[in-house]
Amino acid sequence: MSNHAVNIAHKHRDDIGARMGMWLFLFTELLLFGGLFLIYAVYRHEYIAQFRVAAMELNTTIGALNTIILLTSSLTVALSIAALQKGNRMLSILLLIMTNILAFAFMINKYFEWSSKIHHGIYPGSEHLLNLPNGQILFYGLYYIMTGLHGLHVIIGLVFLTTVLAFIITGSVNKDNYVKLENAGLYWHLVDLIWIFLFPLFYLIQ
Amino acid sequence: MQEKHSHENHNISYSKYLLVWVSLIAFTSITVTIAGIDLGDYTLAIALTIAAIKSALVINIFMHIKFEDPIFKVFLSISGFTLIVIFTLTFFDYFYR
Repeated sequence: MSNHAVNIAHKHRDDIGARMGMWLFLFTELLLFGGLFLIYAVYRHEYIAQFRVAAMELNTTIGALNTIILLTSSLTVALSIAALQKGNRMLSILLLIMTNILAFAFMINKYFEWSSKIHHGIYPGSEHLLNLPNGQILFYGLYYIMTGLHGLHVIIGLVFLTTVLAFIITGSVNKDNYVKLENAGLYWHLVDLIWIFLFPLFYLIQ
Repeated sequence: MQEKHSHENHNISYSKYLLVWVSLIAFTSITVTIAGIDLGDYTLAIALTIAAIKSALVINIFMHIKFEDPIFKVFLSISGFTLIVIFTLTFFDYFYR
């Protein structure tokens, strides 16, 4: 280890700066989603009864299942970082693969959820939807935009995590240099955080 | 080397992460159960409070904010504060127009 440390010591590296850069990026994401949550808040206030009616259509079980999947994937990525810090490379790889599988499972659920909605004629611009009252149209518009943007983040997170997984396997991300894994983890936790708010706002209105 | 030492500090044990995960799942089942009961206007307030507790757990432990340099907390507070200001101003405008 000491030999290795000497080898990398002369390379300029700033892990705190790297993490701070990631956090600053996450704040811009917060503002992006914050704007959408603001639109949601105002329209929900305006059409409280219609939002309730529209939300009844959503499948709470799938929503709850996806919440558990995302929370668990947050755990596995946090554990993966801890494992690499402790020098347990194999465990770290295994936990990261598990995170990827869970992210994939989330998207599969999302696919079934959306296709069942679309099958029932509920999608932006559909004839069935346009005949509903304004509040319900707005609810579904927000539902598709917000969960869709979140889903896009899940896919980006998957790519990010898989890239770092490849780095761990080739050894460029290792026990002494794991800030890339930490940043991928931070991104993944943000995806989880956004879902923590999306879930009650869309699926738990009764 | 300096950085390595500050890093060493936020080596959290596996069991602590597991404990956080168990609480997150528990809070999720609480929020789903409460949503099933008709509490009128309180339902949203309770759901959002639970969501806030869950995100505090994720940010502090999973995202290591609790163990980061103070500057990270300052940045986080500023961005959170900005969001609160935007929400408050919008609702002021909305209610009094």
